[in-house]
Amino acid sequence: MNSETEKTFVKFEKIDKSYDGEVLVVKNLNLDIAKGEFVTMLGPSGSGKTTTLMMLAGFETPTNGEIFLDGMPISKIPPYEREIGMVFQNYALFPHMTVQENLAFPLEVRKMSKQDTKEKVQKALDMVELGEFGTRFPAQLSGGQQQRVALSRALVFEPRLVLMDEPLGALDKNLREQMQYEIKHIHNRIGITVVYVTHDQSEALTMSNRIAVFNDGLVQQLSTPDILYEKPENSFVAQFIGENNRMTGTIKSMENNYCSVELENGAGIVKALKVNVGNVGEKTQLSVRPERVSLGSEGNGENVFTGKVEELIYLGDHIRVRLDVCGNNEFIVKVPNEGSFNYNEGDFIKLNWNPDDIRALDIPK
Amino acid sequence: MPIGDMLLRSVDDSQINTVFPNTFNEYKKWDKKKDELPPEEVYKALFEELAYGEKIQVGRALTRMNYSKSGWKSLIKKTSREIKKIVKKNEFPDSYKNFLIETNEKWADPTYWYAVGQMVNTKTPIYYYNAIDRTYDENQNVVQQIENRRVYVQTWIKTFKVSVYVTFFCLILGFPVAHLLANLPLRYSNLLMIFVLLPFWTSLLVRTTAWIIMLQQNGVINGILVWLGVISEDGRIQMVYNETGTLIAMTQILLPFMILPLYSVMRVIPKSHMRAAQNLGAKPALAFWKVYLPQTIPGMSAGGLLVFVLAIGYFITPELVGGKDGKLIGSWIAYHLKTTLNWGLCAALGAILLGIMLVFYWLYNKIVGIDNIKLG
Repeated sequence: MNSETEKTFVKFEKIDKSYDGEVLVVKNLNLDIAKGEFVTMLGPSGSGKTTTLMMLAGFETPTNGEIFLDGMPISKIPPYEREIGMVFQNYALFPHMTVQENLAFPLEVRKMSKQDTKEKVQKALDMVELGEFGTRFPAQLSGGQQQRVALSRALVFEPRLVLMDEPLGALDKNLREQMQYEIKHIHNRIGITVVYVTHDQSEALTMSNRIAVFNDGLVQQLSTPDILYEKPENSFVAQFIGENNRMTGTIKSMENNYCSVELENGAGIVKALKVNVGNVGEKTQLSVRPERVSLGSEGNGENVFTGKVEELIYLGDHIRVRLDVCGNNEFIVKVPNEGSFNYNEGDFIKLNWNPDDIRALDIPK
Repeated sequence: MPIGDMLLRSVDDSQINTVFPNTFNEYKKWDKKKDELPPEEVYKALFEELAYGEKIQVGRALTRMNYSKSGWKSLIKKTSREIKKIVKKNEFPDSYKNFLIETNEKWADPTYWYAVGQMVNTKTPIYYYNAIDRTYDENQNVVQQIENRRVYVQTWIKTFKVSVYVTFFCLILGFPVAHLLANLPLRYSNLLMIFVLLPFWTSLLVRTTAWIIMLQQNGVINGILVWLGVISEDGRIQMVYNETGTLIAMTQILLPFMILPLYSVMRVIPKSHMRAAQNLGAKPALAFWKVYLPQTIPGMSAGGLLVFVLAIGYFITPELVGGKDGKLIGSWIAYHLKTTLNWGLCAALGAILLGIMLVFYWLYNKIVGIDNIKLG
């Protein structure tokens, strides 16, 4: 889904947010979200992603800038008139109401007739397969069931947009994965626009059309999951999403899209893809994914190094090898388990990678 | 144990039976008829028991006898002096009945003997009747006390009224404070919490006296009002030594008991609930009413019950601040306990208080459910 060709539905325009008038928790945020899109804001805690979500929901006001929903500025509209559904971190189900009453709440405040309310509530409960739990209280449901009630409550009044603030954070791993698919399927089925906040990168990769990676109040990169993973634009994104092997060095020369980098401690020279670097003589951080490193000296003869096996971890489908390469003893290589791996700890091993797979990025602050 | 003792004492009437056992035995045998005097045997037994009874025990019994009919005490005292005189001389009258009637014509008054009727059993409900301004008439019927002795019913009503008002005011004043405490950042709320708890560290007596200083006619509040010109020098308001004073002082003193349970309940209501309610389309007022308030019910009821229970038995503050018409039932209990030594009545008043509390507890459990109480 490409936001440039689709009509923009939610637009953050030059948003700044500060709580104390000094520190900006969100800096100059520009973000366009298309109708029907599933956009995730991903970042560590304190990166400004939840604040951004709260501004969209109306619980925080931007210090500068304006948010547009369907072309209308919404900063002056109170939260209860925004028609935006939200799933809260701890579900925020009302404990004194039954599941049905919880779901009926948004319909009742909209003065919907009793009959319609009842039908809609039942439909919404059926959608999350909780049709028979309507008369229970939230405390009588499991975490996953509560989660689904919260989800259907956010959808039952047919909002223009649904926000989710780390909705799966309180669930255990298996349930979390199951719910990821469930949310994804519901999104595909009803085609509603979703803005999702999480700090879990695998969750973001699984569910999103596009991901905005937040750090330090700034959007570091906004892309589809595959581009974000394969072509990170800076060292933060490379490090935050997926695993990567890092090496620092100084740029020696540049030609076309590549640059030669002399590693620290004289560990060798690497040819890398020039992505986010300064000029010759400046420092850079190199990043290569563990699965893009291959063992042996085959390949096109570039970037061949020798490493010492420090640790082997057997993971069934692949073997995780920790090596000491170029002075970095945290260098990870994932070797597919094809039955031919026969090294031991302490062995020396040849490895190489393609210059297109190692990206020269900025030095993190 | 103390409660059991109190309950026993409230119906106990054995004291007098141990002093005049024979008299009462003879009295029971007597076939009572209206306007008739008891037979010779009763007078004889009484004569002997007065002649040889121990003085201290007789004294105690007399106090009890005076409750059922005033005049008994002096009658017996006078009579027993006469009896002792002739016993010393070793002279015994032919007819004890005539002798006693000669000594004092009250012995010919049947009403005194009716009063004895109230005392022959070792268990009596008389204290309970007394506690609600009822007593026995000549024919052992339960009737209202004579008008100038009716104090308890009125006091009960007042105690209720004051307790309900105090609970209500505590709730009205305590709710916003607790809400503020629960929602402020921790460092501010801790500071405020100290202000809430500060009164606990001062003596109750000091606080009550402070209220007298504040509220009296030449006190701080009247002074400020006069200075501001709100009231004139002659129009100083009587705010203490009446019900108003009791209400103000008790509300202040009991307020923490409302704030603390409310606070502990409010603190655990996630802020996201109000947000969720608004997000779902409810205006803040409606969100508060539908989502926040129902969740504070456990705190409100715990605080309400606590304050009400404390208020209904409150004693020092109304005693000091209340003056004459601010007196509550607790004051009467203390009065009878310490001044008149009528412990039976004390126990009966206490037992009624306990009974009322149990009824309230039961009602509360029916309506709200006792499991809903949360103190922290």
